Formats: sequence, structure tokens, C-alpha cells
Amino acid sequence: MIFNKLSLGGVLAAAMSAAALTSAAWAADKPSELKIGITTYSSGSASVFGVPARHAAEILAEGINAKGGINGVPVKLYFIDEGAGLETLMAEYRRLVEDEGVDVTFASISSGVCNKMAPLAEDLEVVNFMWDCGTQRILEDDKYDYVFRTQANATPEVLAPLAYLLKTNPDFKTIAVVNQDYAWGRDSWEIFSNALKTQRPDVKVVAELFPAFGAADFSTEVSRLQALKPDVILSTSWGGDLDTFVRQAKQRGLFESSKFVLPLAESSLQRLRDDLPEGVIVGARGDHYFLHPETRNDEKFKAFNEKFKERTGEYPIYSAAHMVQAFAALEAVYDKAIKANGGEWPTKEQIAEAMIGLNFKGLGRPLVIREDGQAIEAQLVGTTAKRDGYDFKVIDQMEIYDGKDLMAPVGEKSLAWISKFKADFLSKVPATPYRHQ
Amino acid sequence: MTPNFAVLALLDGIAYASLLFLVAVGLTLVFGVLGILNIAHGSLYAIGAYVAATLGQWLVANGYNPWLTFPALFAGATVVGIALGGMLERFLLQRIYKKDEVLQLLVTFAVFMILENLQRMIWGVQPYFMSTPLNLLGNISFLGINYTAYQVLFLPAAAIVVLFALRHFLRHTAIGAQILAVTEDREAATSIGINATRVYFMTFVIGACFAALGGALATPTTSLVTGMGANMIVLSFAVAATAGLGQIEGAAVSALMIGVARAFAVYLSPELEVIMPYLIMVLVLLVKPNGLFGKDTARKI
Repeated sequence: MIFNKLSLGGVLAAAMSAAALTSAAWAADKPSELKIGITTYSSGSASVFGVPARHAAEILAEGINAKGGINGVPVKLYFIDEGAGLETLMAEYRRLVEDEGVDVTFASISSGVCNKMAPLAEDLEVVNFMWDCGTQRILEDDKYDYVFRTQANATPEVLAPLAYLLKTNPDFKTIAVVNQDYAWGRDSWEIFSNALKTQRPDVKVVAELFPAFGAADFSTEVSRLQALKPDVILSTSWGGDLDTFVRQAKQRGLFESSKFVLPLAESSLQRLRDDLPEGVIVGARGDHYFLHPETRNDEKFKAFNEKFKERTGEYPIYSAAHMVQAFAALEAVYDKAIKANGGEWPTKEQIAEAMIGLNFKGLGRPLVIREDGQAIEAQLVGTTAKRDGYDFKVIDQMEIYDGKDLMAPVGEKSLAWISKFKADFLSKVPATPYRHQ
Repeated sequence: MTPNFAVLALLDGIAYASLLFLVAVGLTLVFGVLGILNIAHGSLYAIGAYVAATLGQWLVANGYNPWLTFPALFAGATVVGIALGGMLERFLLQRIYKKDEVLQLLVTFAVFMILENLQRMIWGVQPYFMSTPLNLLGNISFLGINYTAYQVLFLPAAAIVVLFALRHFLRHTAIGAQILAVTEDREAATSIGINATRVYFMTFVIGACFAALGGALATPTTSLVTGMGANMIVLSFAVAATAGLGQIEGAAVSALMIGVARAFAVYLSPELEVIMPYLIMVLVLLVKPNGLFGKDTARKI
């Protein structure tokens, strides 16, 4: 109690200055450049996402600066390698914020990294966009003032492919899962299997396989799956792991006996080419596809795809699209905060405040940031098909789901929300169908 | 679960063990003779894989007979083993044989890190693959399960050839005898006129060739990714330590143990798959601290 009395003065002073902060129009000096710290993988297996995203960031920054910057302020990018290990990464992040004085950060790709970065950003009071990591837990478990997510989270990213599966293959009786043995592989299966139980309690899970992250060989898994012949095989794996699994399964005829559901395979289409058979259900962690049926004719979409193809020789994958969303949110939030501030350059507190309810648009459908800092993002799921003009499988029989239908409401935790699903909830979630054109 | 699962698991385990043995045998040979635990062995594995894949892709892209990808695997491995392994020994390891063991370990670790970055610079970060040899050999059906002939016939055959060729080389050839003599006592061997420097060089190059061969032969079955060398060095160290460092036949036995145990785990208790190699290593080392076949001498690690 003594502590309370002693600190009362301090609390009062803090409250008064906080009041001053919100009432008076506080303007920060317009800086000579807007510094953005970005964590992305430039080494390690996740660089299959990190490197395309970095190319995207560079293209976007060049574009912003070519038109004079954000409200006349050019942007400058600072990259940190997530593959360098958590210790190095956190030290480097701290250095960027404290010494280099970056104004905003985009962190990170890995859920494990986001888990560490979110509290660190909050501590350092720097506005952070979680631009790609999947875990739904961070914003569901804790309240943050400076941490926002400019994309969906694992919940809709896993529920959308399940909804698609339930609608297109309503009769399956058995399922097996082959996920990487780390946070994403485990969490995504937890969401998927819990939701499946509410929708189809009769479906039997015949194998739960979690080979090592980065495993080079899935032969034994493939043998066992051939013996079990499950109706459906789910894998939320990605990168080299997914490529190897798909090739080994294809070579040995597993695709002929089981329906595959690969929620991240949009990012492997161009590498796997003919090794990925037709008829596989694929997702993209959002409505990300270089032939997005609703936005492919937009100027912004076409220009970005062209520049990306020119620079990398490939069409952009979802991680590049997530980077586009982070930049779109950044431009939108500065616009909004500057307007709200009577045309003056905003403080970071004003930026953080303007994030709530922010509308922005990347390469897909428009997004909005909820009051818990989480964006609502549409989800695109489809089936692979061979079509003229592409030397890899394209996505046909697409369904685009509105993000809000597949997301736990603010204040609710995903697993608790999922446990309350009505038995036909997912098969009736509205979606807009599209064919490949 | 089919009642035949034990047979299936055995097949899967043997296929896996074959690759593991090919890599581990080089590591254990180099340790046995030179007394150096070569972390850069993992890089030689990865680079052998990348070079073989590049060569194979080039052959296929230029319309050569796809069967040429088989000799390409061996050619790629040999080139990497001799060129890269030779340079490493000649310009780096030769200078540190008399140095502290920790320093030796750190030097090979540094080489590993440098080569890891070099791979990224040359081959980028997107997964690479070259599965032509695997596709050419096709599938064989066994108890209703499709296996690739490459994995259940070719790889085990390659491992057996390597095992017996190496045994023959060490026990029945003059150079092999020189290697054994230097391993036993370098000074005594030198005093009877054996060129120990040359023996070290040759042994290291042979070990490097095996690492690269392991990578090259793994290429058709997997995606080549950054970091693949790190995974392999850890696994092959587990094999070598279980066998007892320096034990060649032992490496074959422990690779087989680890491979088969891992496959059984996938069928019976998938949660154990990931830790199986290390579980076996720990259990063996608890009972026999020098490994299954290790002699009771001062160990490096």
C-alpha cells in the first residue's frame, strides 16, 4: 500500500500527459526518411518464402519512392535475417529500433519468431506488423498496443481448405496427416482436427505423422499411407519438405488412392510443375494467386506481377503478396493518421491508434484491421489442373471465402470458438466460386 | 495396420540406412585415420548433391540419354570429393593436425559455415531436384505397396558395394595397408618409409568422395535445400558414434539399426520417429561408452 501512495503522483502525471497526448494535435517532425525494419528469411529452408518477399519489398519501396515517398517522405528498408537464430535476431532488431531509429517494423515469417518479436516490439514501443507468421495465439492470448497483423492467421488459413474439402468431397471416411514437426505443423493440425470433429465426428483419423522439420525422406510415411489407403491425406508442410513429400508420393502412386489437401501448396506450384498431379486441393494462406480471379485485371496487380516476374523469373507466391499487404497497410495508415492529424506528420502513438479499423488492399480482396489488431483476410482454395500456357499446374474450381466467417470473433480463442461449431457450419460457409480463365 | 508391416518397415529402413551409411562411412573413415571429426563433411554431402543435380539437369535439358544421369551422379561426387576434399586437406587440415582438437573441430565447423553460404550464392535458396534416375528405374510392387526400385534395390546395392570395396581396399591392397599402418602409429609408419602426409591426403579425399557420393545418390530421392548438410552431419555423427568412431563395418550395422528403428517408429509410434536415431545412440553409449564396436582408447569427443 505504501507503494501505491508513493507512486500516486507518478500515475497522475502519466495520466495527465496521456490526456494531453490524445486531446492536443501532436505533430512529430516530418523525418527525412521513413525507416522500415523487416525480418525475413534469407537463409535456411524458409528462405523459399523470405527471398521472394524481400524481392517484393524492394520492388514496393522503389515504387513508393519513385512517386515521391509516403506523404513526401521516402522509405528506406533494413532487412534482418530470421535464419540467423533468435538471439542474433532479437539483438539486431533491438539495434535497429534503438540505434538506427526505424519507425516501423515488419516481423516476421516464423510463428516462433513472432512469439518473441511481439513482446519485444511492445517493450520498445515500435509499431510492428506481423506480416506473415501464422500462429493465431499471439493476438488472441495477449493485448498489444503496438503489434498488428496485416494478414489472417492460422485459423481461417486451415478452416478454408477444410470447408472446401467438406463441400467438394463430402463422403470421405478416413484421413491421415503428414505435417512438419514444429509449431505450425502441430498447431494447424490441432485447428483442422478439432474443426473436423465438430463437422464430421464419424471420420476416422488413421495416422498422425510428424516427420522432422526439414526431413529429406518420407519413404516410410508413403509406405505406411499406401498400406492404410486413407480417403484424404492432409499436409500443411511447405518448401523443400512439401516438394519432397509430393514427389515421393507421386512416384509411388499415392495420389491415385488418396485425395490430397495441401493448404500451402500455392507456394510450390511453380517448382513442382508436373510432379504435382491434377485434382489436389491447394490453398494459399489468404486469397493469394497470381491469377486472382477478382483482381487480376487491376492495374496495381498487373504492374506488381510484371515487375516481380521480371526481377525473379517467377510469378509471385503468397509470401510476396503478404509483403504487398504490409506495405499497403503502411501507406494507408500514414494517410489516415496524417489526415486525422490535420495534415501534420503523425507520432507513433497516432499511427498505432490509426491502425484500428484501418482499411487497405494488397493484391486480393480489401482487408480491415479489427480492434484486437488482427486483419481479416479472404481465403482462396482450389483444385490443381493442367491448362494451356503454363508449364505447372494452375488452380481451378476456386472458392474465395470471406475472412470474417472463418475467424474467431474478437476476444474469443480459436479452439474454444471452433468447439462450438454447428455440425454443418463449414460446409455452408458462403464462398464465391471461380473457374480458371 | 497390415500384418506385413514389419516386412515393409524393414524395406523402408534398409533403403534409409543405405544412404545414411554412405555418408557416415566417410566421416568415420576420416576420423579413424586422421583423428579429425570433420564437420565440413556435411558440406561435401550437400555440394556433392548440388553438383550431381546440376550435371544431371544439364544432361537432360540438352537432350542426352537420360541413363547418363547415373554416371553423372558418380562423376559429380568424384569431382567434388577430389577437388574440394583435396583442397581442404592440402591447404587447411595439413596445417592443423598437431593443433588442439577443439581447434580442429572449430576449423572444420568454420569451413562448414563458409561452404553453406557458398551453396546459397551458387544455387540459391529455392529447392533443387533431379529425379531422372529414380524415374528411370520405376517402381516395384511388394505386398501391395509400390516402392521405387532406386530406393529399395539400387541404394542398398550401392551401399554393399562400397562396404565390401572399402574392406578389400583397406585389408588387401598395399595402399590400404599403409593407411592402417599410419592409423596404428604414424611415427613408426613414417620411420619405415611410409609417406604419412600422402596417406592422410588420400584418406581424406576418399572420405570426402563418400560424403559427396551420399549426397549425389540422395539427389534423385529428395529436394536439395539449404541446410541439408547440417541435418546430415548430425545424423551421420549419430551413426558413427553409435558404431564407435572409426569403425567401418560398425557404421553399416548402426546405420541399419537406426534406419530400421526409425521405420518401425513410423508404423508403431510416429511420435518417436524424429528422436529415434538419438535414442538409439544414447542407449548404446550408456551401455558401451565407446560405441558398439569402439576400442577402449582416448576419444576425441
